[in-house]
Amino acid sequence: MFRNHVLICGGTGCTSGDSPKIRELFEKKIKEAGLENDVKVIMTGCFGLCACGPVVVVYPEGSFYSQIKPENVDEIVNEHIIKGRIVSHLLYKDPEIKAQETVTSLNETNFYKKQSRVALRNCGVIDPENIDEYIAYDGYQALYKVLTEYDPQQVIDIIKQSGLRGRGGAGFPTGLKWQFAKNAVGDIKYVCCNADEGDPGAFMDRSVLEGDPHTVIEAMAIAAYAIGSKQGYVYVRAEYPIAVKRLSIAINQAKEYGLLGNNIFGTDFSFDLEIRLGSGAFVCGEETALMTSIEGNRGEPRPRPPFPANKGLFGKPTILNNVETYANIPQIILKGPEWFASIGTEKSKGTKVFALGGKITNTGLVEIPMGTTLRTIVEEIGGGIPGGKKFKAAQTGGPSGGCIPAEHLDIPIDYENLIAIGSMMGSGGLIVMDEDNCMVDIAKFFLEFTQDESCGKCTPCRIGTKRLLEYLEKITEGRATLKDIDDMEKLCYYIKDNALCGLGQTAPNPVLSTLRYFRDEYIAHVTQKKCPAGVCKSLLTYKITDACKGCTLCARQCPVGAISGKVKEKHVIDTDKCTKCGVCMSVCKFKAVIKE
Amino acid sequence: MKTIEEINAIKAKMQAQLNMRSSIDNAGDTRIVVGMATCGIAAGARPVLNAFVEEITKRNLKNVKVTQSGCLGMCKLEPMVEVYVPGKEKVTYVKVTADSARRIVAEHIVNGNPVLDFVIGNE
Repeated sequence: MFRNHVLICGGTGCTSGDSPKIRELFEKKIKEAGLENDVKVIMTGCFGLCACGPVVVVYPEGSFYSQIKPENVDEIVNEHIIKGRIVSHLLYKDPEIKAQETVTSLNETNFYKKQSRVALRNCGVIDPENIDEYIAYDGYQALYKVLTEYDPQQVIDIIKQSGLRGRGGAGFPTGLKWQFAKNAVGDIKYVCCNADEGDPGAFMDRSVLEGDPHTVIEAMAIAAYAIGSKQGYVYVRAEYPIAVKRLSIAINQAKEYGLLGNNIFGTDFSFDLEIRLGSGAFVCGEETALMTSIEGNRGEPRPRPPFPANKGLFGKPTILNNVETYANIPQIILKGPEWFASIGTEKSKGTKVFALGGKITNTGLVEIPMGTTLRTIVEEIGGGIPGGKKFKAAQTGGPSGGCIPAEHLDIPIDYENLIAIGSMMGSGGLIVMDEDNCMVDIAKFFLEFTQDESCGKCTPCRIGTKRLLEYLEKITEGRATLKDIDDMEKLCYYIKDNALCGLGQTAPNPVLSTLRYFRDEYIAHVTQKKCPAGVCKSLLTYKITDACKGCTLCARQCPVGAISGKVKEKHVIDTDKCTKCGVCMSVCKFKAVIKE
Repeated sequence: MKTIEEINAIKAKMQAQLNMRSSIDNAGDTRIVVGMATCGIAAGARPVLNAFVEEITKRNLKNVKVTQSGCLGMCKLEPMVEVYVPGKEKVTYVKVTADSARRIVAEHIVNGNPVLDFVIGNE
């Protein structure tokens, strides 16, 4: 029997912060102390607070240690494990709680307090490589309930009543999708899971697969029962090695327990699951391209209709849901559709996971009820913007989404509201930007991405995104005219109307939404040849003001020798030689170097 | 192939072990705090702590949490154990052994009668 559980985060973020080594050291030290039968060391999935990783939590105290390095392991074992003294200087410190110097337990922190974890309920709680721990938290009970108490139509009715909508981006009602596939004629049907998370900045699907892979397996089996399928595929990108490994282990364990395979729970329902690896093309997250890729062909979309529910994978009726959507299913079955429908707003039920990134203190994963305001996410859960900078905009929905400016901070987040203000839910990436971000540059970044990821099958997307990018390059280099802005806007709508798949249809969104809220920035680039945020290099000049004391530091640091001046005299930058690297500005102790 | 009975057996077994992780922050929990400073460990606190954990798991007691503390200042009375039952006064046990730990669980935690034989002042 164990008296302590030591949980170490094994998500991708903490793994890159050396958490496997930390685990090894914990195991070694605990063994040296002769406590290997008293203390259990577990590698879990993501805790969500990636900014403070690697994370180690020691139970039963629930002490939340953050930013642990291998050299801290000795102290935690000697003090906390052996002597029962919590190592307070290594505990996570909540920046918002000033009065209390440190917090010992995660639920007390501002970061977790406002969250409501449904899809992420087991992440950071269980050992994802141990099916028994998933079972302890009601694992596979929903599948049993479905197989023994409901007929397929009842399952679909429950999902419909819950109001669950697809978490991958478009927000299509999940129950309806299942109904179409159930109604479709055919003896072979497929259940697929989209784990091809491709939006820059989004990592919630990866975290669910890494932290709680069995929940996806269970949900897919439930979906298969509902539509009458025997075979499922999880399409996951090969860039997610930890997720792939844990999912494979989970599938094998489920097969061993007979929870996948023939005659599950002694019923006549059989279901098998396989993993298909994608090589990371963004377009393969689009449903028809994903299925084409599973079939072994080049990942290109095809026109719809026919929709996958009628003619999907290998030409058979198929449902495709996103990882996060599946993660909600077992809970809906166990707790009932009314419970799920009681969370969220009128048209958007339940919770949504967001990957917080950019200029934000608590980078990480948060799960909030639909209808939470952006302000709550950014200022309370996210801990605000570091360095006291001002909030400028938040980008949601990745390259398909748009920017939400400060004036809309108090809008309750749900599918309809985000679309109304020119953005979209997307898969849930949320990138926070402050006054130092140039909105034209942001639009250019996303266009570089979509232009690069366009599969090239249809002309509006292949050539359109390239031309859009060229307009943006002209603007950021100060070569554009006001007519270019208008032409660019027209091209945006043309691409939206004519592209074949979701990638092309949404690719102009970052441009359109920044034009809508930050048109003045575009105009400043064109008419004044200035970048108001000081980002676009071609429009910047570095200057030395009278605050210069002549310390010569900048001149010595300048990599191209563009700065000249005598000791104790004001220095000058030769703008012809200057490469605008910004070194002089960062080294100057007197703030004498400015850019404009 | 596992039947639902087997799955439920795994669930019950694992829940007892994982209870430790979910019972945090619950104000209604009974807490058993074992002094695990150098003095406590030297006097044999470790088998006492293990006995508490085992007994509680064996009886599948929910909302009971075993934690450790440092030196309470009366090293000659170690191993010392404090039991906090919500709404009741704290009870401090001294010179606890693995056997008396099992009695404390049975009589105090389960039945609500502090074991006066080991309470401080009666040693």
